[in-house]
Amino acid sequence: MTTFWTLLKRDLLLQAREGGALGTALGFYLIVVTMMPLGLGPDLNLLSRIAPGVLWIALLLSALLSLPRIFEADDEDGSLEVMATGELPLELAAAAKALAHWISTGIPLALLAPVLGLLLNLELRAYPALVATMLAGTPAISFLGSAGAALTLRARRGGLLLALLVLPLYIPTLIFGIAAISAATGGPSGFQASFLILAAISLFSLVVGPFAAAAAIRFQTQ
Amino acid sequence: MTQTDAAPRQTLTQKLANPTRFMQLSGTLMPWFAGAAAALIVYAMYLAFFVAPEDYQQGQTVKIMFIHVPAAWLGMMGYALIAISSFGYLVFRHPLADVSAKAAAPIGAAFTFLALATGSLWGKPMWGTYWVWDARLTSMLILLFLYFGLMALRSAVDDEAMAGKLCAVLGLVGVTILPIIKFSVDWWNTLHQPASVIRMDGPTIHSDLLWPLLISALGFSLLFFALHMKGMRNEILRRRLKSLTMAEVDRARSVSAAAAG
Amino acid sequence: MDLGPHAAFIWASYGIYVAVLALLIGWLVWEGRRIRSRLEDLESRGVARRSRVSREGDQGR
Repeated sequence: MTTFWTLLKRDLLLQAREGGALGTALGFYLIVVTMMPLGLGPDLNLLSRIAPGVLWIALLLSALLSLPRIFEADDEDGSLEVMATGELPLELAAAAKALAHWISTGIPLALLAPVLGLLLNLELRAYPALVATMLAGTPAISFLGSAGAALTLRARRGGLLLALLVLPLYIPTLIFGIAAISAATGGPSGFQASFLILAAISLFSLVVGPFAAAAAIRFQTQ
Repeated sequence: MTQTDAAPRQTLTQKLANPTRFMQLSGTLMPWFAGAAAALIVYAMYLAFFVAPEDYQQGQTVKIMFIHVPAAWLGMMGYALIAISSFGYLVFRHPLADVSAKAAAPIGAAFTFLALATGSLWGKPMWGTYWVWDARLTSMLILLFLYFGLMALRSAVDDEAMAGKLCAVLGLVGVTILPIIKFSVDWWNTLHQPASVIRMDGPTIHSDLLWPLLISALGFSLLFFALHMKGMRNEILRRRLKSLTMAEVDRARSVSAAAAG
Repeated sequence: MDLGPHAAFIWASYGIYVAVLALLIGWLVWEGRRIRSRLEDLESRGVARRSRVSREGDQGR
């Protein structure tokens, strides 16, 4: 198991050194959110109603940008093949890399969201729910996204294909994330129920993602 | 009764694993399926247009239900078929499983598209709008995206064998997440439409309307299987063609190398 | 046959159904013929099949 943590630390270190990628994702997040009022008009009432949805969808798209990186670099220099045949089960290696993605990209995006919420006149009482749901939902994005990244590793038009494959898988996370936020702002259903389902989906993806990613990597490195 | 022949008895799927056997079997079955499908569909259309009454709520537009609902069922059944084939390919390495998955995708996608198109055309007279985000139409739309993903992945990977395996993984991932997607879309839909219960086939189906619907569903299902068999046959022949072509290229190459050397 | 005030939608639905199914069936049949003709082409040029010589497998469309 120490290999798991070593791999995790190594990936985090690599991400930290190569800081540009996170900056790009955050910058993309900011730009997309900025375009919403530009496209829809600056009516603050309208913006505050659509803010949770906009913030969530823009987060999904920004995360999408950084997904290919999870396996690309290691594939290029051959480390992926070593991982595929190494001591640590490939499923755990894939999980470590997805976890690194969540820590280095998912969490920062989730923490940037409230700041962007200011731009969209997000209701005050929605802020805690916003951060909570994003922290609970971004693991699903990283882990399911890692499966998509593995499947499209050597495909042509990999980035676009990745978006097509992975966005439908994000729909449950999106729906329950928004449901939880709107419950916190006085909406119909209860916050707890939506939040727990959101967390359950993320836990589910912790299993499905690495298994699918490992299978995909094995097929492509043998 | 003792078994004295040398070969052990095979299960049906084992027998079907041999492409030549499959070609023989499907060659006999396919015309029967196609013929039965045609007969049932014609009968269903007759019932739909000359026997079935108007619905007291929807009038004559209920006739769209007779093709919309089977299309939706077949769109879902197509994906289930792909999921089973993917499982067979990854777990049992059944040789024809990949052929089955590849053949099923365009057919399932076509029926899903038809479900959406007829649903939209049904929606306009019913609710006044061509598109409505009700749970079932939305789920159908997402299902269509899943089909597109499968077909896009297969065409984006050059190595055919690898493409098959990757599509099998994607198919299984999709089928595990599909119930969650349906559940979340249902939830989302009830959140936003607390009052009305919109059901595409009305609260209950009168038996006069149910019978043509079932016949239609059966007929189109048989058509699905006939088309699936045809697609599998095409794929088997295409692979045969490809391997023969490559063998010929190899031979020509070695001949010219020998001549030059 | 009076299909009521929304007859156009009924015809459009059935029409699109027929069109898509016709395209699907047409494509499958056309592909099949195209591949078969190329296979026959190869076989007439003497490219042998690796499996057994019997051709019974191909009968029955």
